[in-house]
Formats: sequence, C-alpha cells, structure tokens
Amino acid sequence: MSEMTQRKPLRPLGHILSARANGEDTRLIERQNIRERSSSQTEHQRQHVQGRLFVLGVSFLCLFLALGVRIGMLSASEPTEPRSQRAGASIVAQRANIVDREGRLLATNMDTYSLFVETKHLVDPKGTAAALATIFTELDASKLLRDFTDGRKFLWIRRKMSPEQMQAAHDIGDPGLRFGPREMRLYPNGTLAAHVLGGASFGREGVHAAEVIGVAGVEKTFDDRLRDPSQSGQPLKLSIDLSVQAAVEEVLLGGMTLLNAKGAAAILMDVHTGELISLASLPDFDPNNRPRPPVNGQAEDSTLFNRAVQGVYELGSTFKIFAVAQAMEMGFVTPETIVDIRGPIRWGKFRIKDYRNYGKELSVSKVIVKSSNIGTARIATMMGGENQKAFLGSLGFLEPIPLEMVEAGGGKPLYPSNWSELSTMTISYGHGLSATPLHLAAGYASIANGGYRVKPTLLADQPVQKTDRVMSASVAEASLKMLRKVVTEGTASMAEVEGYAVAGKTGTADKPGPQGAYEEDKVIGTFASIFPAYDPKYVLVVALDEAEDRSGDEPRRTAGWTAVPVSAEIIGRIAPLLGLAPRYETASKQ
Amino acid sequence: MRSMLFGLMFLSVMGLAFWANQENLKTKAELTHAEELQAAIGQARDRLSVLNAEWAYQNRPHRLRDLADLNYEHLQLLPLRSDHFAHVADIAFPEKNPAPLNDINLAQNEAPNE
Repeated sequence: MSEMTQRKPLRPLGHILSARANGEDTRLIERQNIRERSSSQTEHQRQHVQGRLFVLGVSFLCLFLALGVRIGMLSASEPTEPRSQRAGASIVAQRANIVDREGRLLATNMDTYSLFVETKHLVDPKGTAAALATIFTELDASKLLRDFTDGRKFLWIRRKMSPEQMQAAHDIGDPGLRFGPREMRLYPNGTLAAHVLGGASFGREGVHAAEVIGVAGVEKTFDDRLRDPSQSGQPLKLSIDLSVQAAVEEVLLGGMTLLNAKGAAAILMDVHTGELISLASLPDFDPNNRPRPPVNGQAEDSTLFNRAVQGVYELGSTFKIFAVAQAMEMGFVTPETIVDIRGPIRWGKFRIKDYRNYGKELSVSKVIVKSSNIGTARIATMMGGENQKAFLGSLGFLEPIPLEMVEAGGGKPLYPSNWSELSTMTISYGHGLSATPLHLAAGYASIANGGYRVKPTLLADQPVQKTDRVMSASVAEASLKMLRKVVTEGTASMAEVEGYAVAGKTGTADKPGPQGAYEEDKVIGTFASIFPAYDPKYVLVVALDEAEDRSGDEPRRTAGWTAVPVSAEIIGRIAPLLGLAPRYETASKQ
Repeated sequence: MRSMLFGLMFLSVMGLAFWANQENLKTKAELTHAEELQAAIGQARDRLSVLNAEWAYQNRPHRLRDLADLNYEHLQLLPLRSDHFAHVADIAFPEKNPAPLNDINLAQNEAPNE
C-alpha cells in the first residue's frame, strides 16, 4: 500500500539536480524509474490473480467435497420416504374398481391371505397334513405328507382363503405354516355380466404380494388402465346397467329353460351412442372362480364362450331389411313397389323357396312383413353383389367389431371369398354370411338412429355417433316403418309390448353341423328389435340356440315362437327400468 | 460496554437455539401424528372397501329378487312393468279451489288461506 500512496516520482529533484551538476543525461534517470515502476506493478498484479485463483480453487474443492459426501450418503444409507411430503392417503396401490353406468360395483378388491409351508420349520408334518386336509377339503392328507417330506423347502397350500379358514389354519399352530398378504379380485354380483367382466388371476407372485392380472373381458382389455397407480382411485365406468343386465339374464335364462335351448345371447344397445346397456350370454360362469378353458370339444360348448360377441352365426331373415334398405337407398324400389315372388328360384342345384306360399306378388313392405326369401333375393339381384358387399361392409358386417373386449376379435364374420350372384341372393336373406349378434345389433342401430353407423362400446358417457352416414334418414325411417309392421301384422306378432311400440324382424337360420352341412331340426332363432318405434332409443337382439317350443302338438322352432316371446318379456321388464314411460298409440289418436 | 454487548449476543443465540430446538421437536411430533393419521386413513379405506364390497354383495340383484320372492306375502313386490305407469289425470290431486276456510269450523287463530 505504501508503494501506491508514496509513489516515487519519475524525475526526483535530488537526482536530477545532482545529475545536471555532473553533466549527465537526466532522461536516463527517468527511464530507469519508469522501468522500475512497471515491473513492480506487474508483480503486484500477479499476486492479485494468484490470490483469486486460490479462493476459486478452494470454493470448488468445497463444492465437490459436499457433492461427494452427499452422493456417498445417498448410496450408503437406507432409502426412506420424506416424512413431511408423503401423498399417502390419495394414492391407493390397488387395482381400480369396475362400476356400472350408475356407479354400482361390478368388480373390487379384497384383502385376504395366502397359505404356504416352509418345511424346515414344520414340527409335526403328519398332524399338520391331516389337519389341513380337514380344513381344505380339496386337499389330500397323504399327498400333503409326501410333499412335506420329499425334501422341498417351500410349498403353496392356498393362494387365497376365507378368514374362517385362515383362523382354522392358524389354530393348527405349526410354525411351518405361514401366511402372506394377498389382494384378490372380487365380483360381488357373481355370475352377473360374467362374460363382460371376464375375470382376473394372479400373475407373478411372491410370498408378500402377488400381481393381479386380468385374463379375459374388460379386465384384460383395460388391464393397463386398471393397474395404473395414478388412476386407481377412479373406477372404470362401464356402459352396462346392473339392474337391466340382471333382468335380461333372468328372463333369458327362463326363456332358455322353457324352450329347451342350448344357449342364448342378448344385446341391448343405445342406438345413438353405441353404449351396450346389457350384454348377456348363457350359459355363464362365476368370474370369482373362473373355469379353465376347455382342452377338447367345441369352444361353443364351454361356459366361457360369449355367444353375443364370439358366436358367428348365420342370422337368417333378420338380414332382409338391409337388402331392402339398400334397394331403397339406391332408388330401385319404394315400400310400395310390387315384387314378383313366384318360385322357387333355381340356380344350378340350388333352389330358393319360401317358408309358405305367399301368392304371386307382394309389395316390398309386405316382402319384409311376410319374410319372403324369393322376394328379397329378387330385390338383391337388382343391386348386384358388389354394391351389396360394399353396403354390408359400411354397416360393419365384414370385419370383427372393435369392442373393448379381448374376445371381440374372435367374432370375425364369415363370407364367401367369391361373392357370386347366388351368394348375393342367399346373403340377402341371411344365409351364406355369418356374423355375431353384436354385428346385427350395430346394423339395426343404424336403421334406428336415422342412418348413422354405430360402433358398439362398453364404456359409459360416450358421445352420440353422428359422423358416418350409411343411409339417408328417409330410408331409415321407411325401413323402421316396415319393421314396425312386422310386429303389428307379421311374423313377430308376439313381440307387441303395450306402450313401447316394438319394431323388429325375426330370423330363423339352420345350423351347420360339424361337417358343414345344415343339420335338420337345429336352428338359431334370432329377433332383432328396436324400441320404442316412435322415438327409437334402444336396439335389442335376442338369439336362442337350438330352441324349440314343445307346448303344441308339434315342436315349433321358428323365431316367432322362440326368440320373439322372450324378447317381448325382456322389453316389458327393462323398458321401465330404462326410464321409458309407455305411450299408447290408441290413446294418442283420441 | 463491549462485554455487555457480547453477553447479550450470547444470550440471544442461546435463546434462539432453544426456540429452534423446541420448534424441531414440535415438527417431529406433528409428523408422527400425521403418519398415524395416514395409517388410520389407510385402515379406514381398507375397511370402507370391504364394507363397499359387502354392501354390493348383499344388494346383488339375485339376492334382492330372492328376498322379494321370499317376502312376497308381506311386501307384494313385483317387477316394474309398463302397466304400473299411470297418466297424470289418473292421480287424485287436491282440489284447485277448495271451499273457503271460513265455511269450515276451524280454530280462529289459524292463518287465513292466501
């Protein structure tokens, strides 16, 4: 500092004077001083910079040390949750519930326990084996004892059990018996909507926990969504209505028993949104105790088989309305156009004939009402196979329905690869093209909602589907009128439910046997209906497999005697549940 | 003067340290309490889910129908059908212009009908 304050002058007077006295050059003194001054400045700056570098170095060293210590601590210490900011209560690490459209529980979880044995801790293998066999009747004491003593260390006894069984096992008191916590899937409604829900099973399992995974139905389709911890608080809301589903299943089971049917399916769908209010297939199973898939025999005979979604059948005369609707759409016919119905139509070896002789000619409307195969076939030949295929494709009849169930992919329609003129004629009355009842429901929904394509869905709160028009509103309305006439004056007279103006079409299709030829006396009776006809809201498809009404002298197998009365009973039961007040047509005329 | 200032500083540091320690203890106690509450909430949730499952099980449609059948004699419950709906005109409503209250012998202190 003193250097800076007491700066040495460049030309000190004493030196200059003495230099002048000696006659020396005074500039030399000045230069000398300038040199000295600059060298001292350089030295000072160097020290200054060094000091800064030192401070910087020390602070970096501290920083790195701190980081190193922190990293070391993190890696060496046990992980703990920060106590102050736990979200805890809001996150439930459980599979999400499944509820119906009203929020009623369809699937939930229960805490239970698994039972396993660590053989090295077993004190009394023989007594334990005998005691376990009395608690769990499916176990065999001698086999258990063999398992306990053959050298293995670990053995599962039960994957889940009731609290009573657990207490009983606990009371045996052997230290080798161990319990592990388990979460199990519970379907409180038992067999109700079994095919929709599917079922769940254990995936990877350990002693302390096991993974619950969906194995079929929506449980499998939405497995990721149901297991997502961030969404486990929100239940998955299905479009199914529990009370409607119960009523449908009850009536369907009653009808199936009365009519000696092998199986039955029913689909109830909202025609505007495509929401499936009810989807039933009988016989059914209990998803709480889902049976194993059959190893041999036909898939169709298993209770796991979903007839509504997987069952690919020829749906018979229910198809006729599509041919007529298309002919009206293309302008070939109107409901009043007269069609020649003289028959039979011969095509090679093949003959197309009617169930009864309806005379020489009928109007298009009457062709539907009387269900004339010949009339429909003649109408279909006007349009040609290409157009027919395109129209049925636009209604979704040529590919599996993309429903949110893994089984839906199995409902792949069957149709001839070579769409000949004969195929065109037979398909027009529902033979030669096989589809699922769900396809039929979607097709009828398009007629009911004014001509828009509908994609069925199992999720609630879906928007109205009004984007994809397949036929004009006037054609849809005219088709609906014909379907209404089928009930008021045609083959489905038993479908009349007072106040709900049912419209629909029956279909009776012969069942192909295992060899492919049609079997005698085995039919599938189908009734596709729309209600209420004055303001269509729902479409109901009922299919009965090998049903026959034996109440008369001769067994009656046509859908008008099987599927139709069952449908009428279903509509009478569910329409009030759906909040539909009856409207009496006679009353409105007064 | 200086030593007094120093003493005061020392005392205030000790006081603050005591206060901070107290706050620390209180925070820890609160955290423990919160943890207990979380555990209680978790248990309550478990109980609730069991109760919900049991409620759903007890109210399953099959059982309700069986109960309705069993108790038909007392309750006479039937499935709702279309003929159970009635027109508004069929319902007996009170008369729109009832007879004036004066005509009926009522207690005097009743408010007059407006």
